Amino acid sequence: MDELKKTILDYVIHEYTDEDDGGQVTVETQLISGGIVDSFSMVSLKRFLEKKYNIMIPDKDASPEAFDTVNSIAELVVRFQKGN
Amino acid sequence: MAYSEQARGGYRRELDGIREAGLFKEERYIRSPQAASIEVEFPAGAAARTVINFCANNYLGLSSHPEVVAAAHAGLDRRGYGLSSVRFICGTQDIHRELEERLTAFLGTEDTLLFPSCLDANAGVFEALLGEQDVMIADRLVHASIVDGMRLCSAVRDTYKHASLAHLEEKLQEHQDKRYRLIITDGVFSMDGDLAPLDGIVELADKYDALVFVDESHASGFIGRTGRGTHEHCGVLGRIDIITTTLGKALGGASGGCVSGRRELVELCRQRARPYLFSNTVAPVIVSGALKVMEIVQASTERRDKLEANTRFWREGLTKIGLDIKAGESPIVPVMLYNAKLAQDVARDLFGEGIYAVGFFFPVVAKGQARIRTQLSAAHETAHLERGLAAFEKVGRKYGILGKNKDEIKEMYGA
Repeated sequence: MDELKKTILDYVIHEYTDEDDGGQVTVETQLISGGIVDSFSMVSLKRFLEKKYNIMIPDKDASPEAFDTVNSIAELVVRFQKGN
Repeated sequence: MAYSEQARGGYRRELDGIREAGLFKEERYIRSPQAASIEVEFPAGAAARTVINFCANNYLGLSSHPEVVAAAHAGLDRRGYGLSSVRFICGTQDIHRELEERLTAFLGTEDTLLFPSCLDANAGVFEALLGEQDVMIADRLVHASIVDGMRLCSAVRDTYKHASLAHLEEKLQEHQDKRYRLIITDGVFSMDGDLAPLDGIVELADKYDALVFVDESHASGFIGRTGRGTHEHCGVLGRIDIITTTLGKALGGASGGCVSGRRELVELCRQRARPYLFSNTVAPVIVSGALKVMEIVQASTERRDKLEANTRFWREGLTKIGLDIKAGESPIVPVMLYNAKLAQDVARDLFGEGIYAVGFFFPVVAKGQARIRTQLSAAHETAHLERGLAAFEKVGRKYGILGKNKDEIKEMYGA
């Protein structure tokens, strides 16, 4: 797993799961449609990514679909690192 | 025609989608006043039948109390039916102020402002008090009306894991650069029935210079030794900056809510909170009934004591039968079934046994956490509770879940 995905996965596990179920989350786990992250709590993840990677993710791009798995979040970060 | 066939078809498909997802809500017509035992017509058109009610927020049994009804009648005669005005134009009577003062004394705050409902109070309070330079940090299981109110406010939004003081502390540290930090929680959480750790929350608020907001809708009138709420239970009376609560549950059950707290904050709500400014005043008949409710709850703890005893009896009874309940002490007692269809099937069979309780499942609660939420009332007599337990035992046996734990139920029915 690359560094970017590992950083995002670590954040998701720490921020959204309890100690006893964090181990079940992988880069493919459906976070929002799977009920692990609700759309209201998603804002802290967006803020983390923007600060950590010095990017701005417009609200229209921060959709529940784009934030649904660590893989899709990593794609989003890469896209905005390149300046979109 | 503006409402075209295309629009009608589109909306019909949306409704079909809700039905197919098993999320379609149907009303049940009740032909009696709210009480421990009620007459229900369900499905629509069926003959009404008498069932024991385990799903009302009628915690103190005051919804149809004769003294409350009589006070409401007297208020109707003395102050009229409606005021045809918002509060600040010509919608404030002497009794509105009297009720606000009563609530202030009961909740142990500095001032109170009535709203048409607690949903309205929650919708207006954040926007009235906070701006872009502030942050709202909410427990992840707060009521939907708080989420809506937060969405209407321009302050930064953040959340912490349910009831986790460690996670809340991290968030408070992260947001030290903001002007004001507001910690937001329910006092009693409506789906799980657990209490917020308000003593720990208030300590963190002191340490990190934050304000504390608590929605006491499922607590006011019965939690705490004299029923003043979760802050009384946790020993932090007078240390909560903003309380919102409802008159629509334990405190008479009709309608109306309030923001109660620090004087300046309440005054700012009076000046700025949009549901207060742009919605009608609470009707005199409701205010009159609520004044009697406050008199009853402040005169004696008899009703909250009976509710506490009923809750203990019910929790012990369900546990003895072998059902899996959420541990706790509030009169919200969830019977855990984990599977959505099982929750619906059990609720239907209970209704067949004369017990009215409702199944809840995703998205109202987390996936795999389906349950039947039972709620106790001071209006329940022991005979009601015994009949309820007998029905739960019969239905539980039918589905083979008695004595089974979470993993075993999930194994049998899936999550």
